[in-house]
Amino acid sequence: MLRCRVPEPFSSADVDRLARLARLALTPDETALFSRQLADFLAYAEQVQQVDTSGIVPMSHASGAPTELRADEVVPSLPRESSVEPAPGASPAAGLFKVPRVIG
Amino acid sequence: MPSALEIRESIRSGRTSAVEVCEAALTRIEAANPILNAFHTVDGERALERAAALDARRQEDSHLPLFGVPVALKDNICTRGLRTTGGSRILETWVPPYDATVVERLEAAGAVIVGKTNCDEFAMGSSTEFSAFGPTRNPWAADRTPGGSSGGSAAAVAARLVPLALGSDTGGSIRQPASLCGVIGLKPTYGRVSRYGLLAFASSLDQIGPLATSIADAAACLSVIGGHDPRDATSSTAPVEDYAVSLTGDVRGLRIGVTRSLFGDGLDAEILSACDRSLEMLREAGAELVDVELPHSAQAIAVYYLVAMAEASSNLSRYDGVRYGYRAAGAGTLGELYDRTRDEGFGLEVKRRIILGTYVLSSGYYDAYYLKAQQVRTLIRQDYERAFERVDVVAMPTSPTAAFKLGERTEDPLQMYLSDVFTVGVNLAGLPGVSVPCGLTAGRLPIGLQFIGRAMGEATILRVADAVERVTPSARELPPDVRPG
Repeated sequence: MLRCRVPEPFSSADVDRLARLARLALTPDETALFSRQLADFLAYAEQVQQVDTSGIVPMSHASGAPTELRADEVVPSLPRESSVEPAPGASPAAGLFKVPRVIG
Repeated sequence: MPSALEIRESIRSGRTSAVEVCEAALTRIEAANPILNAFHTVDGERALERAAALDARRQEDSHLPLFGVPVALKDNICTRGLRTTGGSRILETWVPPYDATVVERLEAAGAVIVGKTNCDEFAMGSSTEFSAFGPTRNPWAADRTPGGSSGGSAAAVAARLVPLALGSDTGGSIRQPASLCGVIGLKPTYGRVSRYGLLAFASSLDQIGPLATSIADAAACLSVIGGHDPRDATSSTAPVEDYAVSLTGDVRGLRIGVTRSLFGDGLDAEILSACDRSLEMLREAGAELVDVELPHSAQAIAVYYLVAMAEASSNLSRYDGVRYGYRAAGAGTLGELYDRTRDEGFGLEVKRRIILGTYVLSSGYYDAYYLKAQQVRTLIRQDYERAFERVDVVAMPTSPTAAFKLGERTEDPLQMYLSDVFTVGVNLAGLPGVSVPCGLTAGRLPIGLQFIGRAMGEATILRVADAVERVTPSARELPPDVRPG
């Protein structure tokens, strides 16, 4: 059985590290709020650690039945212009998304 | 307002037209929506054009199962050419280039889409207060929430603005608002309904289903939207039944599992006694009540939130300011564009869940939290499998309390999560569940009773819920200010 890990209160630095991983620029207020609330939630979630799961296979899918694979055939998909058109600052005619300069 | 099936019959017989029905729905929405905020987008012109086209083909097409029926869609279901926000600032102006499969199927069945309903941002919430576009109010009491996250759909149906709406249910988001608003809410078996075109929140839990004023309408809707879809690899190839034929009112010999050990301190006494009364009526009608245990239910909320937040943090990585909707202005680098777009575009609850989901999936914690939660999820499913060896359905309240006040739980996320105590197990196990009104509190707030079935056992839970509907006088009561007729 996996050993339970008692969550320590999150520091602002911990939350900032998670925010970097999740690509979120949090405000200091949000960081402070989340460090408290995440500790609260993980303390509540500790009860999951108490369950004996020796030999239990983790559930990876809600459906018991095997997935039906579709035939490997080329079928029409969304035209490129329509996929690009809703993107901010895109060039649908060229079929391109636009981002700030990445190279040089 | 008549039911969806009655509306279809009136149009079919020529007593009214699809345009008249649509105009009446638009008029009701216009009058009620400034208070309720049930709809975020209404496209009357498009709906009336569609209704007129149906009227022109009445002779040929009025056999269609939802011919001329006005339908509302939760705003996380993609509609081609019609704004789809998911209740989020980040998709405020996004217009999908394609329809969800359920939208194609509803339209092929003759339904008229009138608009998109408000919801918690990306369906993350239990009160519709986490929508970026303001809360929805409960038609039974305007100072209370309609529940969530499909609160706009539930309020729209409860206030009889439309007879039928679709919602999505990841941890109770169809059943709980249906219960709090006094309407029917059906969460189908995982894989029964295609998720193609549903904005993904937690992909192993999400399922689309109907909210309706009668079980017969919910059954007809499921027959329309259910079925295999090659565009959703998790959709089932099991044949779709004509669920209406199971609505016989006959529950003789049906074994109903009752989970008394779950009814702890948080369960309101009025809810418990209303549910007990309904179960007693079913017993008198010939059903057998059997005590069953679901021993791992105590852990269900924690398991649910660990799994759902992990999946959400992954699914929501696609909102980066490059491909959809909102983009932060003036970002100098690609990294800054991502970070600022997401900070400005997402609301507090979504950020909270992304951070927690990122934590439980991060190196060193994955085994202790995510993997462990998925193991306990297996145990939760096995509890249900064991129960279904002895009974045909399991009954429990849908929500431990009636509709709560706006603002009452928004400051305390854990308190909000605990309102999902009776609904999350169904999603974790991938089973179908239906909430049916079974009474009113002394303060005239609706109470819902939930029936849970075996995988693909929708016909059985609809049969027993229909039996409750037939013997419950309050199931026909309307919220204040809603006129019958």
